Amino acid sequence: MHDLTPITALGGLAPQVDTHGGVTCTEVPDVALASYAARLGQEKLAQAALKKVLGAAVPDVARLVEAELAAFWMGPDQWMIEAPLARHETLAEDLANAARGVASVTEQTDAWTRFDLTGDRLETVLELLCQMNIRAMRAGDAHRGSIHHLGCFVICRGAEHFSIYGPRASAGSLHHALVSEMKSVL
Amino acid sequence: MIINHPLLGPRDSSEFVYLGDASLINRPDPDAEDRAQSFYEYGYLRINPAGMHRELWFHEAGDRSWLVVTRDTTTHEITSVEMARDVARAQGRSK
Amino acid sequence: MTQKNRLSGGQIDRTKPMKFMFDGRFHQGYQGDTLASALLANNVRLMGRSFKYHRPRGPLTAGSEEPNALVELRGGARQEPNTRATTAELFDGLVAKSQNRWPSLAFDAMAINDRLSNFLTAGFYYKTFMWPKAFWEKLYEPVIRKAAGLGSLSMKADPDEYDKGFRHCDLLIIGAGPAGLMAALTAGRAGAEVILADEDFSMGGRLNAETFSINNEVASDWAAAAVAELSSMTNVRLMTRTTVIGAFDHGIYGAVERVSDHLHTPDAGKPRQILWRIYTNKTMLCAGAIERPIAFDNNDRPGVMLASAMRSYANRWAVTPAQRVAIFTNNDDGHRTAMDLHAKGVKIAAVVDTRPDVALSDDYQVLRGAQVLDTKGRLGLTFAEVKLADGTERTLECGALGVSGGWNPNLHLTCHQRGRPTWDEALSAFVPGDNLPDGMHVAGAANGALSTHGALETGMKVARQALEIEGRAGKLPQAEDAPVKITPFWFVEGTTRGWLDQQNDVTVKDVKLSHQEGFRSVEHLKRYTTLGMATDQGKTSNMGGLAIMAELAGKTIEQTGTTIFRPPYTPVPIATFAGRIKGMEFHPTRLTPSHYWAKEQGAVFVEVGNWLRAQWFPRPGETHWRQSVDREVAATRASVGVCDCTTLGKIDVQGTDAADFLNKIYCNAFAKLPVGKTRYGLMLREDGIAMDDGTAGRLAEDHFVVTTTTANAAKVYQHMEFARQCLFPDMDVQLISTTEAWAQYAVAGPNSRKLLRKIVDAEFDISNEAFPFMACGNITVCGGLRARLFRISFSGELAFEIAVPARYGDALMRRLMKDGEEFNVTPYGTEALGVMRIEKGHAAGNELNGTTTALNLGMGRMVSKKKDSIGSVLSERPGLNADDALKLVGIKPLNKSDKVTAGGHLMNAQGPVDAAHDQGYVTSAAFSPSLDSMIGLAFLKSGEVRMGERLRLVSPVTDLTVEVEVVSAHFVDPEGERLRA
Repeated sequence: MHDLTPITALGGLAPQVDTHGGVTCTEVPDVALASYAARLGQEKLAQAALKKVLGAAVPDVARLVEAELAAFWMGPDQWMIEAPLARHETLAEDLANAARGVASVTEQTDAWTRFDLTGDRLETVLELLCQMNIRAMRAGDAHRGSIHHLGCFVICRGAEHFSIYGPRASAGSLHHALVSEMKSVL
Repeated sequence: MIINHPLLGPRDSSEFVYLGDASLINRPDPDAEDRAQSFYEYGYLRINPAGMHRELWFHEAGDRSWLVVTRDTTTHEITSVEMARDVARAQGRSK
Repeated sequence: MTQKNRLSGGQIDRTKPMKFMFDGRFHQGYQGDTLASALLANNVRLMGRSFKYHRPRGPLTAGSEEPNALVELRGGARQEPNTRATTAELFDGLVAKSQNRWPSLAFDAMAINDRLSNFLTAGFYYKTFMWPKAFWEKLYEPVIRKAAGLGSLSMKADPDEYDKGFRHCDLLIIGAGPAGLMAALTAGRAGAEVILADEDFSMGGRLNAETFSINNEVASDWAAAAVAELSSMTNVRLMTRTTVIGAFDHGIYGAVERVSDHLHTPDAGKPRQILWRIYTNKTMLCAGAIERPIAFDNNDRPGVMLASAMRSYANRWAVTPAQRVAIFTNNDDGHRTAMDLHAKGVKIAAVVDTRPDVALSDDYQVLRGAQVLDTKGRLGLTFAEVKLADGTERTLECGALGVSGGWNPNLHLTCHQRGRPTWDEALSAFVPGDNLPDGMHVAGAANGALSTHGALETGMKVARQALEIEGRAGKLPQAEDAPVKITPFWFVEGTTRGWLDQQNDVTVKDVKLSHQEGFRSVEHLKRYTTLGMATDQGKTSNMGGLAIMAELAGKTIEQTGTTIFRPPYTPVPIATFAGRIKGMEFHPTRLTPSHYWAKEQGAVFVEVGNWLRAQWFPRPGETHWRQSVDREVAATRASVGVCDCTTLGKIDVQGTDAADFLNKIYCNAFAKLPVGKTRYGLMLREDGIAMDDGTAGRLAEDHFVVTTTTANAAKVYQHMEFARQCLFPDMDVQLISTTEAWAQYAVAGPNSRKLLRKIVDAEFDISNEAFPFMACGNITVCGGLRARLFRISFSGELAFEIAVPARYGDALMRRLMKDGEEFNVTPYGTEALGVMRIEKGHAAGNELNGTTTALNLGMGRMVSKKKDSIGSVLSERPGLNADDALKLVGIKPLNKSDKVTAGGHLMNAQGPVDAAHDQGYVTSAAFSPSLDSMIGLAFLKSGEVRMGERLRLVSPVTDLTVEVEVVSAHFVDPEGERLRA
């Protein structure tokens, strides 16, 4: 076991939590991520392999599926797989083994920072942050878009629970944007 | 402007990066005898129409697809949006 | 604090009095007042001075179309010029000042301009100040700018926050008058997603300003009930204080919500305004109509206002502008004002009606077939001169004069996609044309349905059409349906100084002069006289100007045509467009994994794109950046240095065709690169010019990691996706960026292997034999942490790049520093990195500058002839391969203490110094601690055969001439022994 101590994207040892006006923004560092892209001509096999690992049908365009693992759509024939980091430190490797050459898997855990917004007025916060039709989003919708010039995934896990994935190096800017807009409208 | 992405539906054009004329898909045969001339034309000669124009847009803040958008440059009316990869294949491009 | 002109009733809250200050005097108003209504209540008619002639002015309107009553609101950093008193909501403690006057509003020294009006007519800028040319900038313009103009800026930073927001709906309704409310009820009840936006703080539009009833209810009560019903619908969003400012492509609308402008200061963390982008399928413009004035001499005196505005002040704000008022009208609407004010106990001096056959009234005197010729009163109206039907003249004593010349549909937004209004003969007004913005429909007065019934009816009908609502329509509320009978009357015969555009001080005389001087098209008229070019865009003035022009040309208004409107509908603060994108938030910031550690070390940071990178690490006693940088270079070359190079773009390339794909992307060959090896790659644009460079490491047969320069990472990724999707769509290759996933550090210097040996787990052999120059592979470090190791060197030393998952980057850097103590490990920043790469002769952004080819860079032979790659064909063009093509060389000064500057040009040792004799230019320069002098990289004609030649480095802009010698670009270790050690 190695002896290096990780820090969160915001630079702390523990995740940062901010609450304002009934909405809570929580830094979520303990997620393993890997991208999974079907090899050309192997799309069906790749989906079948992914389905087996997920324990559910692979998500459709702009959708999220949460089963044994979770996955959301990134682009044509490409998904992001989510899993608890503690149990899936080697997620990319495991997926690659499961794919047996029908998909390209890339470690993405530390490419992203995740913030979860919970509360009952998320729409009013999120409509100041991103162009997508937040009001129309339902549980299981996963869109990629821009938040204050940062490319982000905006994932609806329920009316009162959204996850935002943004580029890890810009965690500070993203967090500032989220908290500023919470204060702005709540 | 709104670009009606074939997979994702209507999206704000600010999510996209513009490249230009969709004829850039038609990269000439690099082994042909006249390659110097054909690449010169490919690289430098463009039609700049006042009217319908097929052009390439990249969904940078979205799914990273290249799209071929047919747009009237005088009115911004968009009459078709296709996945560039499909267009490229239909035009005979392969490897 | 008397409120002498306050009437009974109105929609103000008398239980909430508010104290405010105008030009240093305290007054009192009530919640619900605007600044204009509160000032009028206090018998203040004079609110400003005009733009050019500094004439005294009061409000012409009661809305956002106001040209005159522009004031400076608030003070200090929040001072805001040119705020319309007619829309500024009163709040307790409001402070406002009149503007464009000196020393005071009542005595304005610049009013002398009014006496000079003969010299300041149409086109005076163009005529008067033609000669001498230099006088324009130095004399005339500053003087004119000072004398003519509006309010002043605080010159302080704006302390407020501004937001941007995005909303989507099925139907956007602009304007919440009778048409807009009816449309919203219709659409809302049908279940559509509706946004109803109104610029006012109270919805209802003219229903709040009229006394008639709807369904036997007071109109404003009906409006309040409608708003209450809409508020209860979750599918309807009501946006008050929100001005839709523009109609853009494909159903995108801009809207400004004034969140905090009605407050003394915004609450903590709250924005002052929000700029909304509204995406909608359908839009209904229900913006109502704007009453138009009639031009007569001195019709701009404070107290002269639109009759409908006078009615609004009386009915909504319970204010009369004076105790005794007169009306000048050519239609029935003027009589409505007279009746309403009479009912409120205001004395009506007379109604002057241009129509000879109009009915008389029992309540007030009607002067039929009469016209107002002129007005009197020094700082406000006292008398109106009237010409009666029989030709005799009469003087009416009045403190206010309501003018009604008919109504113009408010079609501003219908023009934003170059839509042209069409002339409606029955209304004598322009109405929206048929070329409206995408998905826009127009209802109510904005579309010429000027009665309340017409507004309600079209509001319902058009909403049903727009949304294709099936089934029976609900019952329409009962409302007045007065027919519109209008005989156009634009200006009083013989007037010269009858004002058309009060904001830009354009008179009837100016329009005539412009016509006389040959400006016959409306567009020319507009620009020559500036009619309609002020911040109000001529909402109350354009029609009058067109009518006069038409008459002079002997044409109809229809034939004369009209100018069109463009966004924004009303002025928007620049800060609102900026939103939060200002200062340190102008763009997102990217922090490297070692950022927090570097900050602890006192590193000086530099912005590289969005990244903040450590530029150098000052140590105690170092007073100049060069001391730090020289030390970092020397220490790295002597022992070992560490630099965070996470910022280099990293792209994961996988697939069975990955190698073939890289063969296309890079001009040099990659297909035969063995697994476990890294290779330098040069990317060309299709035109043969170098685009980017980096390395690609092969982790497996079908797996590469490509690096790009920091600056080009996004661009290269986009280019590779273009190649993958558009050029080679059947290649099996998958791409994804992994730039931020890995913390990557360069560990460079003769002791780098020794240091890494302490970090890399024992089972991995990193000896020169097992892990030679350009090797790469997956390893573990510090007892099992997954990592990647690349043996590549930018510095020219024995060097590695080690990558760990980003969350461990901070810990790894600390470990490297601790374990490296015995080697005097030295962190180095981007400056030292730059110095070392120049010493080694590695090209970077300065050399890959968008004009250089592989040949220029000394890598001409890298462009493989055995395979096709992007840029290979056009790189063979003769022009890029001339015998004397520029080649990358090194230069050093003959005199060691001389300076070498990037950007300087190379000239032969003898001969002229000019562009024709240019030999090349210096791209990069640095002080080299290793050579103890400045050195440079340069592109030099036929550089490869000019080693040892002496040249002059010249920089005419800095008066620099230095004798330099041409040398190899590889100043340090030209044989590459160190990096292979």
